Amino acid sequence: MRNALLKSDDQPNSGQPMADMALSNFTVPEQKLAAVKRSGAGDRRFRWLTWSACMLVLVIFAGVMIALSLGAAPAIKQYGLSFLYREDWNPVTDKFGGLASIYGTMVSSVLAMFMAVPVGIGIAIFLTEICPRSLRRPIGISIELLAGIPSIVYGIWGLFTFAPFFQQNVQPWFVDAVANIPILQDLFAGPPYGIGIFTASFILMIMILPFISAVTRDVFNTVPVTLKESAYAMGCTTWEVVWHVVLPFARTGVVGGAMLALGRALGETMAVTFVIGNAHRIATSLFAPGTTISATIANEFTEAVGDLYRSSLIELGLILFFITFVVLAAAQIMLRALEKRAGGVQG
Amino acid sequence: MSFDRRIYKRRKHRNAMWLFLSTFAAAFGLIWLGLILYSLFYNGFNSLSPDVFTKMTPAPGESGGLANAIVGSVMMSSLAVLAGTPFGILAGTYLAEYGRYARLSFFVRFVNDILLSAPSIVVGLFIYELIVANTHTFSAWAGAAALTIIVIPVVVRTTENMLLLVPNGLREAAAALGAPRAAVIKAVTWRAARAGIVTGVLLAVARISGETAPLLFTAFGNQFWSTDLNHPMSSLPQVIFNFAMSPYEDWHRLAWAGALLITITVLAMSIAARLLESTKRS
Repeated sequence: MRNALLKSDDQPNSGQPMADMALSNFTVPEQKLAAVKRSGAGDRRFRWLTWSACMLVLVIFAGVMIALSLGAAPAIKQYGLSFLYREDWNPVTDKFGGLASIYGTMVSSVLAMFMAVPVGIGIAIFLTEICPRSLRRPIGISIELLAGIPSIVYGIWGLFTFAPFFQQNVQPWFVDAVANIPILQDLFAGPPYGIGIFTASFILMIMILPFISAVTRDVFNTVPVTLKESAYAMGCTTWEVVWHVVLPFARTGVVGGAMLALGRALGETMAVTFVIGNAHRIATSLFAPGTTISATIANEFTEAVGDLYRSSLIELGLILFFITFVVLAAAQIMLRALEKRAGGVQG
Repeated sequence: MSFDRRIYKRRKHRNAMWLFLSTFAAAFGLIWLGLILYSLFYNGFNSLSPDVFTKMTPAPGESGGLANAIVGSVMMSSLAVLAGTPFGILAGTYLAEYGRYARLSFFVRFVNDILLSAPSIVVGLFIYELIVANTHTFSAWAGAAALTIIVIPVVVRTTENMLLLVPNGLREAAAALGAPRAAVIKAVTWRAARAGIVTGVLLAVARISGETAPLLFTAFGNQFWSTDLNHPMSSLPQVIFNFAMSPYEDWHRLAWAGALLITITVLAMSIAARLLESTKRS
């Protein structure tokens, strides 16, 4: 078809100068021209189709914000800013304040991240520097597979296996051990329930561990080998290479990965709901039951009677969305910067 | 020139100590993950029986299975994948082909990655406001819609990544033959990236098969056999959630069995995705 298109009906170069040929004597039959136009239109249509699918992503994002804002409007109107700093949560008297949930969300996630980051970096160092080569791939792959296990599995394991064990074997002993140490005696006090903020953080820690170690390991692997070899050639020990060469080079990526994991932890519902205890109060002790935004919504939304109650829960969801947005955006900006630099190093 | 032996020793000790700590951290992390898997497989296989696949979810104190939940999960997940995949592939195609360097694309990538890790319970609230509040009933349609919103970002991300791996020479060769852009994409780049795109869909299935939070107040759950999409429908994760929170021993066993089924599905999908990816690379 293409060949036919190029064949002109007139005889080319019939006595005219070469340069004018293409312009004057080259005509295309109507039918062929229509085919070209048609495919052009098809091309534009396809381009428009892919473009609108892209817009759909933006529409979903905007839709989430608009729908949640509309749903939260009655509660925002009723309580204003006091929703953010009031702790009472009473469906009977229609008094709602989100502080206990927000506090629980922040404390459990940040605690989980602080526990998971050192362990995750340890795993990454182990995988890139210490582990025998033949084991690196299998261990790395199993960690990545674990990152895909649904959070509800972590939740029921926490509820049925970890919490009873923790309650009977660790908690009483630990509370006694720190009973006379200032600060710690307040942080780890109270009757051993097994469930509570600390248990939730611990389960979250295990859950985000694969994320952190996978990201950190990938970032460690982007460190140019010549840099490490130079350090070894200077007589550095393995640890000195890790501490002075690998970690500074990988800093942004590690922080980005940790933020990504924090974003996951903040929004995590199922791993937390089972073991947090669902108590709307703020206790000093980490062993005391508490609640998080997602746990509150998961537990109460279907039973929420009354517009104000439901609206308050949606406002909590909106707050959660904002918090995770900020954290995830920060994580992305850091990881993007790293990607750019990695591209620069290779090119 | 003399070396201070003490400095040597100190550095050696410090090295040994930190490397030991790293190994210890690795062992610590892996042990917990191993314990979870052990306890899941132990409890799960002990609770697994033919009844799980043939009987309906029981009333308190009775015996039963998870048949309606399994069917519900399969139905809603399939719908979500069927609805979400085309949009995801098209959007990923725009990002990698037409608008690779467009300003819009940077923005869309950013928003898509946020949606990728956004709390899934928020998606549930969104669909509740959008569909359930307007139709005044929980329904399987709403559940499938919530899962669709989770599928799209996963497929967008993997499709774009996989299309970016297709060498530009292929596109240029097709264009040099006179093929219009749309034909280049459909006949050349999509075909070259097919394995990768299927990987993305598999990962999306793995992702939604364990999602609980978005289903709680969209599909809600249903104790009985139901394939009517206009009515509430039960799903495995939601049944696990309700049964694990209950005080009944029988329900706990069913929760473990359900968790095992989900985990096996997810692991199978991830392993299949990985195999597909590696055959493509080699």
